[in-house]
Amino acid sequence: MTATLLLIQTLNGLQFGLILFLIAAGLTLVFGVMDFINLAHGVQYMIGAYLIAAFSAWTGGFGWGLVLALPTALAFGLLLEVLVFRHLYERDHLDQVLATFGVILFLNQGVKFVWGAAPLSVPVPDILSGSVEIADGLLYPVYRLAIIAAGLLVAALLYVLVNFTRVGMLVRAGATNPQMVSALGVNIKRLFMIVFGFGAMLAGFAGAMVAPILSVQPGMGDNILILAFVVIVIGGIGSIRGAFLAALLIGLVDTIGRSFAPNLLRLVLDPSAASQTGRAIAPMLIYIFMAGVLFFRPSGLFPVKR
Amino acid sequence: MTELTGTQTAPAPSSSMRIDSIPLVLFAAFAAAPLLASASGAEGYVLSLLTRIMIFGLAAMSLDLILGYGALVSFGHAAFLGIGAYAVGILASHGIEDALIQIPAALGASALFALVTGAISLRTKGVYFIMITLAFAQMLFFLATSLAPYGGDDGLTLPNRSLIAGAGLLENDYAFYAATLLCLIGAYLLSRAIVTSRFGRVLRGTKENAVRMEAVGFQPFRFQLAAYVISGMMAGLAGWLMANQAEFISPAFMTWQRSGELIFMVVLGGLGSLHGAIIGAAAFLLLEEFLPEILHAASFLLNDDIRSRLTENWQMVFGPLLILIVLFARGGIMGLLRRPHHG
Repeated sequence: MTATLLLIQTLNGLQFGLILFLIAAGLTLVFGVMDFINLAHGVQYMIGAYLIAAFSAWTGGFGWGLVLALPTALAFGLLLEVLVFRHLYERDHLDQVLATFGVILFLNQGVKFVWGAAPLSVPVPDILSGSVEIADGLLYPVYRLAIIAAGLLVAALLYVLVNFTRVGMLVRAGATNPQMVSALGVNIKRLFMIVFGFGAMLAGFAGAMVAPILSVQPGMGDNILILAFVVIVIGGIGSIRGAFLAALLIGLVDTIGRSFAPNLLRLVLDPSAASQTGRAIAPMLIYIFMAGVLFFRPSGLFPVKR
Repeated sequence: MTELTGTQTAPAPSSSMRIDSIPLVLFAAFAAAPLLASASGAEGYVLSLLTRIMIFGLAAMSLDLILGYGALVSFGHAAFLGIGAYAVGILASHGIEDALIQIPAALGASALFALVTGAISLRTKGVYFIMITLAFAQMLFFLATSLAPYGGDDGLTLPNRSLIAGAGLLENDYAFYAATLLCLIGAYLLSRAIVTSRFGRVLRGTKENAVRMEAVGFQPFRFQLAAYVISGMMAGLAGWLMANQAEFISPAFMTWQRSGELIFMVVLGGLGSLHGAIIGAAAFLLLEEFLPEILHAASFLLNDDIRSRLTENWQMVFGPLLILIVLFARGGIMGLLRRPHHG
């Protein structure tokens, strides 16, 4: 019983971690290359979910919806960059936090304005509906496996893109020393825009992927944004590799912690106290984990700068 | 050594004379306001709004102490509001309703939390500091949501306001207003004394150049930690007041959005002037309160449907307003007040 539960929770954790990675990847690049704190990255995720809801209802299929939602998410990210974020790169972190906070307020209300406050639901695409038997008598939804596959695919794609292409090289260089990259004659503004648009699209993709298993509602990006920040801070700002490992760690720690903390505590406490403290500690686990990491490594597991 | 740090004080003396009258006017206005409130016909509403402004002013001012004078961007300051509020709720639900026990408990718990989290957070710099303070506040937020005996997610309604030495003095809204004003003025005077002292100058020096301060022989870490603890305790007091005003506590007191709002209040008012933070809090809350009505009045040319949707979605105006203030009104409201003087 516990072994199968552990297997399921590991898969859930993996899926959650990969979604976190999709969001954190863009965030860590924007952060690393441009030294820009973008609190509004979470709303890109929300926008992605709303776009897939709108487009899949319009086209009648999840696949076509995704085809339309991704470029729209990209365009939307670029629009925000031109309208707001571009003017903040030179400002200090405090101004960036505030202005992007304003973007969150606007867009959370904006989706309510357009789509209403009630949560939307997106049907699971037909081909990916149903469950498969992954072990004896153990069923797991196909769609969640598809999310894991898509997440791993994007991670591999990013790995190739960042490590083996010219743009990737510039991004890595930019994360280490943007002034030098600029001095060598690279149009750093255009590089920023590419990174930004790409990051927005990845977050939108994450939102689109989870839309069928979560309810699409205003403010859905806020809490995941904080988790994405935890991920990139643990991983080391600007490091894709760090973000990947930290995202999986956070996904697993959170998911498994929530289902097993009460059981583990039962070894040392009496059952009612154990379940109570377990429930209290489980959501705090990742923050304790983050504080621990930063205590020993103040700039994350894989620091990029200097 | 004091002379060395004393040479770098921020504003020019000519403008500081003019600015110094502002806190006097501010506190006089707060003191006189109850008289107007009773004349306005909606005294309960006016009084509670003003009390709320003062409480948030206190919280924002405590943040200004570390943000404006120490450049420590704490993105988890709402945690202390939560600590203060839960000190009321938890003690009250065990039958301890006296402020003389609750306030020291709130201050002590805030100080302890600030000491522990500050000691860890201050090891990090810049963005990492912002994020780790946020993480600690989130930790506390989730702890509060899981406290089932004290309301969990939904929060807890308090039976009555805290007693003072066994007497229900604070039940009267005017008395509570006066108590809040006293707390605010007391905290202001204390903060003013701190920032003008040698301690405050070291803190400001650390903000300008930590390496140089170290070379001069100070240990920035200790000063920053002490400031962080003091700031946390003041915010804890604000939390105690907040719970008493609402006669309700909930994890919503310490969401990260609330921390963001506190930062915004400080920046809106103008960093590093203490009373600027109070003005910022007032401006923020008044805007939040009246923006729907302002929008309703301003959109008289539009048809009723659009008008009501605009009023309902006032945050769609509030957000861009926030962005514009950040982009164009540098120095906040205090900056605007100062500007004409320079010509």
